[in-house]
Amino acid sequence: MERKAIVLNSKDNVATALADLAAGDTIALEVDKKPVSIKLVGPIQFGHKFSLVDIKAGSTILKYGEAIGEATKDIKVGEHVHVQNVASTRGRGDIVKGAAK
Amino acid sequence: MSFWGYPRPDGSIGTRNYVAIIPTVVCATATARQVSDNVKGSVPFLHHQGCALTPDDLAMANRTLMNLALNPNIAAVVLISLGCDPMDIDGIAEGIAREGKPVEKLVIQQVGGTIATVEKGTKIARQMVSDASRVLRAEFDDAQLMFGAECGGSDTTSGLGGNPAIGAAFDILVKKGGRAVFSETTEFIGAEHLLARRAVTPEVGAQITAMVRRYEERFLERGVDMRGTNPTKGNIEGGLTTIEEKSLGAISKGGTETIQEIYEYGERPSKGGLTIVDGPGFDAPSLTAMAAAGATVMFFSTGRGTPLGSPFVPVVKVTANGATFEKMKDNIDFYVNLAQKDHMGEIGADLYAEALQVASGKQTKAEILGQDRDNGLFIVGPLA
Repeated sequence: MERKAIVLNSKDNVATALADLAAGDTIALEVDKKPVSIKLVGPIQFGHKFSLVDIKAGSTILKYGEAIGEATKDIKVGEHVHVQNVASTRGRGDIVKGAAK
Repeated sequence: MSFWGYPRPDGSIGTRNYVAIIPTVVCATATARQVSDNVKGSVPFLHHQGCALTPDDLAMANRTLMNLALNPNIAAVVLISLGCDPMDIDGIAEGIAREGKPVEKLVIQQVGGTIATVEKGTKIARQMVSDASRVLRAEFDDAQLMFGAECGGSDTTSGLGGNPAIGAAFDILVKKGGRAVFSETTEFIGAEHLLARRAVTPEVGAQITAMVRRYEERFLERGVDMRGTNPTKGNIEGGLTTIEEKSLGAISKGGTETIQEIYEYGERPSKGGLTIVDGPGFDAPSLTAMAAAGATVMFFSTGRGTPLGSPFVPVVKVTANGATFEKMKDNIDFYVNLAQKDHMGEIGADLYAEALQVASGKQTKAEILGQDRDNGLFIVGPLA
C-alpha cells in the first residue's frame, strides 16, 4: 500500500503528507516500527505537516529528529503544522535576544 | 568506472571544452556577450558586479573570476575589462596563465570602444576555439571528477528525496577518492551541529559553526527577520515552515562522508574528498562558487522546479516531486520516486550513472535549452 504520510524519526512530533489528505481522514503511520493512526482535523496538502500529538505553545517542533521551530500556539493532534502555528527561532533580527546561538 | 573527459595542462580533467569570455565588470558584460555571440564554442559569464565594491568584496570578485576561469571545463579564456574599473585584470590573467591555461586580456578603454573590442575579441576567441577543438576526449577514472550540489525552488520533497539522492551520489564519488563540494551556508542554519560533527577535526567543526554564525549575524545586525527571505514564499507553499526545516533537508545533499575542509567564496579546496565552500543560498551565485571551486558536474535538486543552469558546468536537475517532474519535464533531468525512499542507495547509484554520462558529454536539459548563460557573483555589500 502506498504510504499517505511519513514520520522521519521516532523523536518527531509531526508527520509529512505524501499525498493530498482530506479533513477527517484517518492516516495509518509507522513510528519506530509501531503502527500509529491519526485522525486529521483539517485537510493537509502534499508535502505539508500534521501533528502526531497535542503540542503546547512554546514547545519544540521535531522533524528529522531535530528542532525545526517553536509552536506559537497550542496545536491539537492531527492539526496542520505550518507557519500559522510554528515560528523559526533562527535569523530573527526582529527579536534579537543578544547574539546568535 | 570511468568517464570521457578533456585533459588540461594542470593535470585536471574537464567534462566540457569551452572558451570562456569573462567580463571583469558589468560595463564589459555586453561586449563579452557580443564576442561570444560571434564565436560558436565560446561561452560568456554574464554577471553584474565588478565596481563600487568594498575591499573584501573586490578581493572576492577577483579570486572568484580567476578560479572560475581555472575550472577544468574551460580550455582558454578571454578577459574583458572596461579600464577604469577597480578589478585586477592583470592579476586574474597571471593566475590563469600560471596554471598553463591560454588567456588574453582586452581593455575596452584602451582598445578603443565596443566595435574594436568585439572585433579583437572575436579574432582571439575564434583562434582559441580552433585550438581547443583539437583536444580530444579520453577515458579517465571517475575519481578524477568533482561534483557540486545545489538546491533551489525547494519544497518538502527536496529534503525527503532530491537531496538524499544527490547525497548518495556524493558518497559514491567520495568513497572512490573523488572530490565533491556543497555550499549554501544560509541553509545550514539549524543544521550546523550535524555538519560540525562530521568535520575531519574539531577545528574544522568550529569553523563550520562560526561560518553559519557569521551568516546569521548579518540578519541579526540589520534587525531583519529572516522569515521574510528564507524560506521563500514558494518554499512555504511547498510545505517548508522554517529555515531550520529547510536546512535539515538541504544538508542531506552533501551525503554522509567526512567534511575535510571549508573555504571562502571564490576559493578552491586544498584538500581532496568532501568540502564546503561558504556561500549564499541564492542559486546563481552559489553555482558560481562551486564552479570556481572546480566542480565539473553539478546536481541541482528542486521541488518547485527551476530552469537555472551554469555557464561552464553541466547541471543535472533532480526532483522528488512527481507533479513538478510531469509539469516541468523540459527542465528536470532525473526523477526520484518517493515510494522508493527506502532504497536511496540504489537511486544514488542511478544518479551517479547519469552523472558519468553527463560528464562524458550527454547534454543536460539546462544546456540544451540554453538556460546556462546568466549567473551571478556574490557580494556581501554595502555597494558604494
